[in-house]
Amino acid sequence: MSKHSKKAKGFLKDARYSEWHDATFWAVREKRDGMAHGLPEWERLREKASKIKLHTLSHLDQYLEQFASQAEKNGAIVHWAADAEDFNNIVFGILSEHGVKKIVKSKSMLTEECGMNPFLESKGIEVVETDLGERIIQLLGQAPSHIVMPAVHLTPDQVGELFEAEGISNEPGNHDPTYLTYRARLSLRKEFLTAGAGMTGANFGIAATGDIVVCTNEGNADMSTSCPKLHIAALGLEKVIPDYDSLAVFQRLLCRSATGQPTTTYTSHFRTARPGAAPMHIILVDNGRSEWIANPEHWQTLKCIRCGSCMNTCPVYRRSGGYSYSYFIPGPVGVNLGMLRNAKAHSGNVSACTLCLSCQSVCPVKINLGEQIYQWRQQLPAFGTAPLGKRTLCEGMSMVYDHPLLYKTATGVIKKPFHSLKLDKDE
Amino acid sequence: MKVGLFIPCYVDALYPQVGVATLKVLRHLGVDVTYPKGQTCCGQPMANGGFESKAVPLAEKMENLFAGYDYVVTPSVSCTAFVRHHYPNLLKDSHTCELASKCMELVEFLHDVVKPDGPLGSFPHKVSIHNSCHGVRELGLSSPSEEMVAPFNKIRDLLQLKKGIEISEPERKDECCGFGGLFCVEESAVSSRMGLDKVRRHIATGAEYITGADCSCLMHQSSIAKKNGLQIQFMHVAEILAAGL
Repeated sequence: MSKHSKKAKGFLKDARYSEWHDATFWAVREKRDGMAHGLPEWERLREKASKIKLHTLSHLDQYLEQFASQAEKNGAIVHWAADAEDFNNIVFGILSEHGVKKIVKSKSMLTEECGMNPFLESKGIEVVETDLGERIIQLLGQAPSHIVMPAVHLTPDQVGELFEAEGISNEPGNHDPTYLTYRARLSLRKEFLTAGAGMTGANFGIAATGDIVVCTNEGNADMSTSCPKLHIAALGLEKVIPDYDSLAVFQRLLCRSATGQPTTTYTSHFRTARPGAAPMHIILVDNGRSEWIANPEHWQTLKCIRCGSCMNTCPVYRRSGGYSYSYFIPGPVGVNLGMLRNAKAHSGNVSACTLCLSCQSVCPVKINLGEQIYQWRQQLPAFGTAPLGKRTLCEGMSMVYDHPLLYKTATGVIKKPFHSLKLDKDE
Repeated sequence: MKVGLFIPCYVDALYPQVGVATLKVLRHLGVDVTYPKGQTCCGQPMANGGFESKAVPLAEKMENLFAGYDYVVTPSVSCTAFVRHHYPNLLKDSHTCELASKCMELVEFLHDVVKPDGPLGSFPHKVSIHNSCHGVRELGLSSPSEEMVAPFNKIRDLLQLKKGIEISEPERKDECCGFGGLFCVEESAVSSRMGLDKVRRHIATGAEYITGADCSCLMHQSSIAKKNGLQIQFMHVAEILAAGL
C-alpha cells in the first residue's frame, strides 16, 4: 500500500465526514461548471490561457527582466531569491532593517512552500495570517488541506471552540459562522493596526508594467498593505505574465475555476508604495522553478495558476482529503509539484490517481496533469520508489501475456474463454 | 473492408459472451470480421501501473497479429485508448506503429464507420449508461462534463436503435467509478468507495441495467454491487445491441 492509500483508508473510516467532504468539493465543481457555461468562449479562453503560459514560460528570462526593471522604475525594490532559505533571509533582512516585530500577511502558498512563518517566528517575529481560513489553521498549528479553502476540513464547532480558547469570541457556545467571522474580523483589526509590515503573495506579476495583482475575497490583502507602512510581495518566477491583455484572459478563468464566482471580491493592483510609506519590496522566488522548466516531461506543471479546480474535480482527492498527500499541495497538481520538489519523498502520492483525466479537462490552463502522473509512475523505478509487489505482478503478467500457450492454460482454468469458442458464422 | 476482432485478455477470460455479442452485431451489420488467434493482452495494466517497458513485447505482438487488417475493433474502451495513445511511443524504436490509427472501440466503429440507421431489434428495459473515463476523455464517446461543448453521446445514439429501450444517465454522469486498473488494488479503500457511490447513483435512476462500453468498469461495479447486496444487473453495450438479433 502506498503512503497515500494508507492515509486515505483512515480518512474514509469516518463515513459521514468523508461523504460531506466529497459533496462539498463536488458542489464547488458544479458551481464552476455553472460559471463556465455562462461564457460561450470558455474553451477558447482555456486554449488562449494555455498558450500565453507556454509562451511566457519559454521566454521567461525576458519577461522576468522586463518585470523587474518596470517594477524598479515604479520605485519598488526587487529581490531575487534562489531558494527557500534565501527567500526567508531576504524577508528577515527587510524586517530587521525596518525594526519590524510583527507582520500581517495575506494567503500565500509560496510562503508555505518556503516555511517562512516558522523561520520568522524562530527569529522572534510575530507572524499573523489574515485570511480567515489561514488564521484558523495557524492558531491550530495545522497546514492547509486545500490551496484555496485551507480550513475547509474543519466544522463551525471546531472553529468556535478554538476562538473561545483563544479569547477571540466571547459568547461561549455561539458557533454561528457569521458571528465567528465577525469576531475574527475584530481580532484581526487590532493586528492590522499594530503590525509593522504587511506581506502579500501575488496571483500575477505584469511584465509590461511591473504591477502585481492580488485576488482575495476578504479584502485582507488590502488591509495588510494599507495599514502598515511597509509592503513585501512574494511571487514565484512562474507568476509573471506579459501584459494586461493576458491578465484579462486569466482573470476570467481564475475565480470561475476556483470557487465558481465570476470574480474575486477584491482584485488589487499594486504598482508602488503609497505616499509616506516605505518603498514596496518585491521578492521573485526561484526555489526549483528554473530547474523544473528544463524538465522535458514535466515543465508544463509550471503553467499552474493555483485555482484548485483539479482538486475539486478529482474523485480521489474528494474521497481522501488534503492530509492524505505527503506534499503540502494536494490533488493532481500537488502530486505533480511534489514529485518535482522531491521525487523520493513524494512518490507515495502517485498512486492517488485512476487516470480518469477529469483534472486536465477542468484545468483552466490545460495542464496535462493526469498524463504527467502516468509519466511519473514510469519513472519510479529510476527513483528506487516503485512498489515491489506491483513490479512482481507486472513482470508476471508480462510473462504470461507474452506466451500465448501459457496464457491459454491460465485463462482455461478460470472458465471457458472466448478464444476457445467455435465462432462459425451460423453459430 | 477487412476487420480484425481484438478481444482483450480480461474480456476473453471473464466475459467471453461480450466477445460473442460483438461478433454477432458486426456480422449482423454485414461487416467482414475475423478473429486472429494468439491474442493475449495489449499491455495496458502494466503500463498504467508504471511498467511501460513490460508492455513493449506485447505491443509488438499485437502489431504483427493485426497487420493486414483495415480496422481492428474491440469491445473495450481503455484498451483502445492505450493502443491509440501509447503504442506509437512504445514502438518508436523499432518501427512506425500502424495499429494506433486503425484500432477502434466497438461503439465508435459502429457510430462513425458502419453508421447503422435502421432499427436493431428490441430491448424493452430501462438502462443507465456508464460513461467510462477513457471513453469520455480519450476516445470522445461522449462530451466531457468538464468541457463547454455541445452535448453528445455515441453510446446513447446506438442504444436508441433498440426498440422499447429507456435510457438514462446517473447524476455526475462521467465521474470515475474507481476501477483504474492496479489503482483498485493499490488504493482499495478509495476505489471501493468510488464504486459504491457510482452504483448507487446508477440505481437511483431506476434502471434495471447498468451498461457501458468498458467491461473493466462494469466488472468493478458489479463486484461492488454484489458485495454490498445492491440489486442491479450489468450488460455490456455489445450485449444489448446483440439482444434479439
